[in-house]
Amino acid sequence: MTGTRSKTIAMPPTNAPPATSAPVVTLHGVTKRFANGTLALDQIDLTIRSGEFVSLLGPSGCGKSTALRLIAGLGEPTRGGITWSGARSGRRRNGLDVGFVFQEPTLMPWATVFRNVMLPLALEGVDHGVATQRVSQVLERVGLTSFRDAYPRELSGGMKMRVSIARALVTDPPLLLMDEPFAALDEITRFKLNNDLLELWRAVGHTVIFVTHSVFESVYLSNRIVVMTPRPGRVFTEINVDAPYPRDDSFRTSAEYARCCRVASQALSCATEGVP
Amino acid sequence: MSSADAPPVATRGLGIEWPRIVLPIATLALGILIWDLVVRIKDIPPFILPGPGLVAATLVSDWALLWDSLLVTLATTFDGLALALAGGVGLAILFNQSRLIEHSLYPYAVILQVTPAVAVAPLLLVYLPQQAAVLACAWIVAFFPILANTTLGLNSVDRNLVNLFEIYGASRVKVLLRLKLPAALPYMLGGLRIAGGLSLIGAVVAEIAAGSAGAGSGLAYRIAESSYRLNIPRMFAALILLSIAGIAIFLALSLLSYLVLRRWHESALASER
Repeated sequence: MTGTRSKTIAMPPTNAPPATSAPVVTLHGVTKRFANGTLALDQIDLTIRSGEFVSLLGPSGCGKSTALRLIAGLGEPTRGGITWSGARSGRRRNGLDVGFVFQEPTLMPWATVFRNVMLPLALEGVDHGVATQRVSQVLERVGLTSFRDAYPRELSGGMKMRVSIARALVTDPPLLLMDEPFAALDEITRFKLNNDLLELWRAVGHTVIFVTHSVFESVYLSNRIVVMTPRPGRVFTEINVDAPYPRDDSFRTSAEYARCCRVASQALSCATEGVP
Repeated sequence: MSSADAPPVATRGLGIEWPRIVLPIATLALGILIWDLVVRIKDIPPFILPGPGLVAATLVSDWALLWDSLLVTLATTFDGLALALAGGVGLAILFNQSRLIEHSLYPYAVILQVTPAVAVAPLLLVYLPQQAAVLACAWIVAFFPILANTTLGLNSVDRNLVNLFEIYGASRVKVLLRLKLPAALPYMLGGLRIAGGLSLIGAVVAEIAAGSAGAGSGLAYRIAESSYRLNIPRMFAALILLSIAGIAIFLALSLLSYLVLRRWHESALASER
């Protein structure tokens, strides 16, 4: 079960990026053992290519969040390495090259929506005028222009998450990392934000790595699903979802969607039970 | 993206309800009435227990003297509080930045706090000039709650926000200024509210300890002096002024806390019912 197999579901022509587009980030045999001895990740090999929407799918404890955090530069792998090739300036990755969305909105409660979204630019010392313009653009893109002076406390859960996404997008990062961002939201809000996220992704064209434990969400959003096994976290298999974008609510009810979900679901239960 | 999901906005004023004002005043009036009746019926002499009328009269007749003394005590209290704020917050930041300093100094901050100020004040008066000793006493009593609360606040920052700042490569100074200090602000203000009352107590304790030494002119000194002269009505008048000063300090600091936090902190927001 350590081997990585690839299943491709036959689908009509796709507008997904070709498998030959340039890699943004590559994991080579990444292993992570925590100080308490837990082996969180074991020999992860993974290449994320430019323009892809990749979901890391697995049960809790499969190390998918750990993998995402390592890619973000939070902590170092115990063994193996992460090659970063998506940096805009030089070879070193800096803060502007990734956007990170946590499971919680993770907003500063003492700052307005506007100031929260401006944070990454302020930390980088971007000129105030330029930053203000950029923040206004991003807020408009996520539909929060009229809430720019509101405080997080005054917003609903879905709106807070949109602020969080706007903050991640404000630096226009080549790579967007999302750690179960919609897991705490109700289904109606989650579906809406799924649609909004796909729209943003198609408009902006950045690369997305999306961590989730929901089969339905991963199939709906991504063009590639990386299924992971728990304890230790390994890549079990990869599934390509070739359904064309734009995907909308009619895709949710289509036979293809159901079939993809079945395949992903089977892979996930095999991964969880340890039976190939 | 549209904004279909409506924002639950909930802010309120200071939350003043009439029963919360009227009832304590009624209780006070009743207490004064009983006090007055007991003094009249039992015919208690003023040098044992003066009636409320006499205390009020003394408050008016001695106003000039008492007012000057009040100003002296309040000046000490606020100086002590300001120094406690600077010292408490400064030390908390230092502790937060260096475990080494924290482990070296924190036990002594606790010792300073648990040693009763009344016992320390005479010693301070031996080594320091009187005004400095009184100020030092107010500072010692007031700084600990600010230190303890600010330390707690600086350590209670949302871990994900810390990670976010790390992802964006924020320097230690930026993490401190933009993340840790704002996050610690509610805790710091809570500590300040406690420290305000304590600073007054520290000033009073030191003034009383210094009382027999002479030169003092604060309210507590007036109380000590009146007690030697058996001027009980003036003792009561000074005591009432001290209470009012304590209440005013607490209310002022509560108002400050509310004004600073009202837009974002749970403590300043109404709950939806």
